[in-house]
Amino acid sequence: MDWTTSINTILKEEQIMSDIPAPFRVLVEKEISDHVRSWRFMILVGLILLTTSGSVYTILSVIRDNPAELSAESTYLYLSLFTSSINNLPPFITLIGFLGPLVGIALGFDAVNSERNNGTISRILSQPIPRDYFINSKFVGALIVVFALVFALGFLVLGIGILFIGILPAFEEFVRILMFLIFTCIYIAFWLNLGITSSIVFRQASTSALSALAIWLFFTVFYGMIVRMGAQSFIPNEATANSLTLMFSRVSPDYLFNELTTVLLTPSIRSLGALSFEQVSGTLPSTLPLGQSMLLVWPDITALIAGTLICFGISYALFMRQEIRA
Amino acid sequence: MIAIKDLVKDYDNTRAVDHLNLTIGKGEIFGLLGPNGAGKTTIILTLLGLSEPTSGSVTVNDRNATSEPIKVKKITGYLPDDVGFSENSTGLQSLVYTAMLNGIPREKAIESARELLEIVGLQDAADQKTKTYSKGMTQRLGLADVLIKEPQIMILDEPTIGIDPRGIHDFLGLIRKLSKEKGMTVLLSSHLLHQVQKICDRVGILVGGKLLAEGNVHDLADKLFGARETSFTVVADPVTDELVHKLQEVPSVSEVKKNGTGIIVTGSKVAAPLISQTVVQSGAKLFRISGKEYGLDDIYQHYFEGGANHV
Ligand SMILES: Nc1ncnc2c1ncn2[C@@H]1O[C@H](COP(=O)(O)OP(=O)(O)OP(=O)(O)O)[C@@H](O)[C@H]1O
Ligand SMILES: [Mg+2]
Repeated sequence: MDWTTSINTILKEEQIMSDIPAPFRVLVEKEISDHVRSWRFMILVGLILLTTSGSVYTILSVIRDNPAELSAESTYLYLSLFTSSINNLPPFITLIGFLGPLVGIALGFDAVNSERNNGTISRILSQPIPRDYFINSKFVGALIVVFALVFALGFLVLGIGILFIGILPAFEEFVRILMFLIFTCIYIAFWLNLGITSSIVFRQASTSALSALAIWLFFTVFYGMIVRMGAQSFIPNEATANSLTLMFSRVSPDYLFNELTTVLLTPSIRSLGALSFEQVSGTLPSTLPLGQSMLLVWPDITALIAGTLICFGISYALFMRQEIRA
Repeated sequence: MIAIKDLVKDYDNTRAVDHLNLTIGKGEIFGLLGPNGAGKTTIILTLLGLSEPTSGSVTVNDRNATSEPIKVKKITGYLPDDVGFSENSTGLQSLVYTAMLNGIPREKAIESARELLEIVGLQDAADQKTKTYSKGMTQRLGLADVLIKEPQIMILDEPTIGIDPRGIHDFLGLIRKLSKEKGMTVLLSSHLLHQVQKICDRVGILVGGKLLAEGNVHDLADKLFGARETSFTVVADPVTDELVHKLQEVPSVSEVKKNGTGIIVTGSKVAAPLISQTVVQSGAKLFRISGKEYGLDDIYQHYFEGGANHV
């Protein structure tokens, strides 16, 4: 009878404990509800749905009516749903690679400065919570929204695919798609952190958004060009120039993401960069198993995760050191 | 309840707070008076552990605010001078949110939020978005927001900013009533003497990061008043340079200025009979001599106009 009473008291205590809201949870929930109810978020979702639906729809109709039109190597129908480009419509992964940063920046660029300008930050930080809860909840809240968005979108495409095609995806296909979705989230998280960082540095939301967008544009549009031009004009040896170009290109998160997802969703890619003729001769045109594909892009994966963490670290450090009224 | 010891806070090239010492007892209402840039907000932020002192220490309820900010913030409610609320929440939602951050369960939070909204007179606007609130309404909501965590200490930074005169009267009355009923310690900052005078048990005058004077409002007036000089207006005829010269020689007179048909003499209170005697002896007719005593207002004015260079 002793232990039953003690269990009862424990249960009661549990009950009481669960009634008391944990501050971090409260902060994150508030973040999520603010994001989800905002116009900005609706516009982003609308934008993504509009742009991707065209691409997915054309591919699906080709698969149904005329599968021969897809390139011969696509034994993986579901993967081609994400990677094929028909009628010059950009494939799903390109669209996501393009819109992802936009989503990240849009969710982060006014995270801190808007609270500052509204005069809410000093009120919230005067509640009994550690200071880093504030910045962490900004990140975690937006990240949860991103995960929900990306996975909802991915599974939507998959679901529509199953309805159209009528056969279930192979297990490996499914895992590859899952991986793709996870890395998409990490990629968006990188830009989210960049947005948050610039929201700490710049007081004006518009300045903050512009500077984050400028960095994004730099990497997507100019960086590749600059690297290629630089390598070609300064290094006479073409092979070294190419390998240097590749090395420097990998500094760009945009390049990393594209390489990473392309390899993950295209099992027929066997190597990054150029192979010499001897290396290729004698190989059979076949596909790589998932493990090998992962191995191929392992450096990209680590680099992307590291970049995201570094970006978060910077925003964390900046925030913790900043005066409340700066 | 609050003890500030030798507090110094430096910003890049300005010293915002300069070796400040201050203690505030439990249940006391203390008014921190000072012009813009005196360092009021800076002191308040260090009290909450939101800003780190350059040197010195700040303890609230025997807890060091810099090293144990959470324990301090648990018992302290803070109303910032630029208080604001999340735009898309209603007044009620905002209060519930704050309450939940303080570990109050939702049901209880809603209940006390409604009560508080009634107390601050916002019951009709409870379900209205906070972005539609006027400045005064926001300020009231801010007070409710401070009270919902049932603090032992209230720290209010320029609480009357943006409220109309009648509102100020009610608002300050409410603060005083709540403080006395619940034994809450209150620290409020302001640059308006009249308001502070009305509800504070004790005030401190802060200029340039230094506490110039501190004490009970009446004591303070007397203390400073005694040391101050009185200005006499002497109306006499004729006003000659010789008369002015003679007046200057009167002991305990510090300054003499001609002003049309009158003379303004500054000196200590005791100089009055000597001044009239001098005027009469010099052969002029004395029509009137009147002394103007400095009130707390003037002293305050003086300090504020003089600003830091008076120190
Ligand atoms: N982040 C900052 N960086 C540099 N100097 C600062 C900073 N914050 C405040 N100061 C300086 O510290 C001094 C005190 O400022 P504080 O805000 O405490 O004044 P205040 O008494 O609250 O004034 P007000 O009545 O205008 O609110 C000012 O001289 C100000 O310029
Ligand atoms: Mg201030």
